[in-house]
Amino acid sequence: MTEKLVTPDAPKSLKTNKAKRIRGIKRSTFSMPYLALSIIFVIVPLFIMLYYAFTDLDGNFSLANFAHFFSRPNIMAVMGKSFLVALITTVVCFLLAYPLALALTFTSLNRKFILVMLFILPMWINSLLRTYAMKIVLHILDVTNAWTAVTVGMVYDFFPFMLMPLYTVLSGMDRSLVEASQDLGASPVKSLFKVVLPLSLPGIVSGVLMVFMPTVSTFAISDILGDTSTYLFGNVIDQWFRNSGGWHIGSAYSFILLILIAATVLIANKITKGHTEVGGVL
Amino acid sequence: MAVTAREKFDNIIEIKNVTKVFDGITAVDDVNLAVKRGEFVTLLGPSGCGKTTLLRMIAGFEMPTSGTIMLEKQDVTAVPPHLRPINTVFQKYALFPHLNVFKNIAFGLKLKRIPTGETDKKGKPVFRKFTKDEIAEKVERVLKLVNLETYGHRNVTGLSGGQQQRVAIARAIVCEPKVLLLDEPLGALDLKMRKEMQLELAAMHKNIGITFIYVTHDQEEALTMSDKVVVMTDGAVQQYGTPKAIYDEPANAFVADFIGESNILSGVMKSDFLVEFCGTKFKCLDKGFAPDERVDLVVRPEDIFIAPKKGALKGEVVSTVFKGTYYEMEILAEGYQFTVQNTVERKPGETVFLSVEPDGIHIMKKLKTVNEFIGTVVDETTVEFCGGKFEFVNSSGLQKGDAVRVTVPFDKVELTDDEADGCIGANVTQTFYKGTYYQVQVYTDDDTDFFIDTVDEWDMGDRVGIKIKPEDIKVEPVTENAEGDGND
Repeated sequence: MTEKLVTPDAPKSLKTNKAKRIRGIKRSTFSMPYLALSIIFVIVPLFIMLYYAFTDLDGNFSLANFAHFFSRPNIMAVMGKSFLVALITTVVCFLLAYPLALALTFTSLNRKFILVMLFILPMWINSLLRTYAMKIVLHILDVTNAWTAVTVGMVYDFFPFMLMPLYTVLSGMDRSLVEASQDLGASPVKSLFKVVLPLSLPGIVSGVLMVFMPTVSTFAISDILGDTSTYLFGNVIDQWFRNSGGWHIGSAYSFILLILIAATVLIANKITKGHTEVGGVL
Repeated sequence: MAVTAREKFDNIIEIKNVTKVFDGITAVDDVNLAVKRGEFVTLLGPSGCGKTTLLRMIAGFEMPTSGTIMLEKQDVTAVPPHLRPINTVFQKYALFPHLNVFKNIAFGLKLKRIPTGETDKKGKPVFRKFTKDEIAEKVERVLKLVNLETYGHRNVTGLSGGQQQRVAIARAIVCEPKVLLLDEPLGALDLKMRKEMQLELAAMHKNIGITFIYVTHDQEEALTMSDKVVVMTDGAVQQYGTPKAIYDEPANAFVADFIGESNILSGVMKSDFLVEFCGTKFKCLDKGFAPDERVDLVVRPEDIFIAPKKGALKGEVVSTVFKGTYYEMEILAEGYQFTVQNTVERKPGETVFLSVEPDGIHIMKKLKTVNEFIGTVVDETTVEFCGGKFEFVNSSGLQKGDAVRVTVPFDKVELTDDEADGCIGANVTQTFYKGTYYQVQVYTDDDTDFFIDTVDEWDMGDRVGIKIKPEDIKVEPVTENAEGDGND
């Protein structure tokens, strides 16, 4: 039945020709500025980093920079700490943001938009400014533990990045699915775990990545809010780049971090596979 | 509806004085309804008539503002949806996209607890879950029922509309609900598929014996499938009866207009079994009206006979359309354009004679012929109602500040094009052609319905002014025992 309805070849090819060109300019031409931009700001720096990571001070190929990392357990421990802090920050952000996103979605409040904006608004303020503000707040609250200060600062800084994808995915969810689950005998709690949570998975993954990726490599927050004991992997890299001879080792460290983050993203994408129709941020 | 005690025993659902108000707007207005066990009942009405709201209250998604809903003699008004033995087929199916067909259908079964037959130490019955095998067997059986045997492992998002529809039905009936609610389940399907599913649903209802409550705005669907039809508009039930009763004997002009093609005219009952319309007297089968009482009457297009030379009404064919098995003709006679269906074609311009047998005329009581309002006297010759001040003839010595009942006949209200020419402004909400005049319903700025009989045609949404001559306004003091059922 459907085969009969397929349009004949001639007009179809005509149409595709037309679509490819607009006033004689190839459609792909319009992507040029973006291509140039990504070459200059993404590809080239990446290759520069790779060049530094795999060469020694004389410019010869070398794996010594990587050996430097793997032969120093204390540096590896710092990296482990960075991942742990990022993990804790992500989990705390999620546990705080999910109920809030649920409340914001399912509330019948008139001023919902203003409420949502209040939580998203901090994203518009420079993060350094926010961190310094947090330093004062923590000082007033008399928080002396450096790790607590760093974690609280990170949660505060990255909370909107968790909330936004969660709120987006929850508010876009078809309400009748929740009603259907309750209609079939699911209590509100069961409905949350069997329908709402699985369907918001793309939003959860987006939120987790958007919080986890920057926190694992941050150095500003631990610099401002912490002390020498809260030295993170981001700080290590930062230190290497501060002295002229350290670019090679710093690049190697950055490369290792990049590989680890890439692996996390790939795993996360694997989890969301098959749930794409609901739509997350990444 | 009068029901005997024995019949009442069989009512599975009883809706008593249920009203639902959303933000000051009444969606369902004091509805009473009883559904018998095993019946296929359809809630029929135009969109916004409150039928879906009523269904959602039965399912438990909405709480009535007032009134009670009884399920098998138990008050379930405040019971949350997951504790009601009622399942719903949603308008857009609401299948879970993260589960396959099998898991969608098994969703309800996995949550269900069934008594084991044993009791614990305190004498309370013990409940258990269904086993995996029991679930698999039930799902397979219901998949077979909806003709999707091999689809269990499929992803629901890849299914066609009709298949998704079947999965939604399977998911609901596998839980063996006492009542199955269906909210316009065929709305998203194409015409051919819809016809097939109509028959399948009706057959399914016969096979499984569950009570169906079905919501639709499609009158044909309602008449085809149901045992009983509830015609609703403006949140109220207009008529409740078998499809045949609703078609043959519509309770009022709205039902007649909504169900099938019909000629709705205004007439006068001359005596029992004799009605006059289009300036001609016709024999009919109705009696019990006051002499010269104004009535609405409906004549179905297929009940009008056409003859070339002799008949009650002389008319001229305006247009003819071939409809497959018959011709539908518009015939102008005595100022009314009749819709007539006949297997013999008459060409436009032809002069014909129309006649109607007594059993082809159905007489309906006019819903109302006067507008009634509650108002107050402002000064000797002015009365205020509907947010406007009107002059009136004060013959009974009413005092300033008196509460009064104001009545204005439909045909004494004048509509003006320019809002400023009238005493109050209003929007036209509905227009019915009644043969020789239009009945226009307008909605005033202070939320009151006004009815006007006029020869002019007004379009829905027109902004109009309302003007009434002082001598046409009847003002009476509100007496103590008067019921406050004015049009307010």
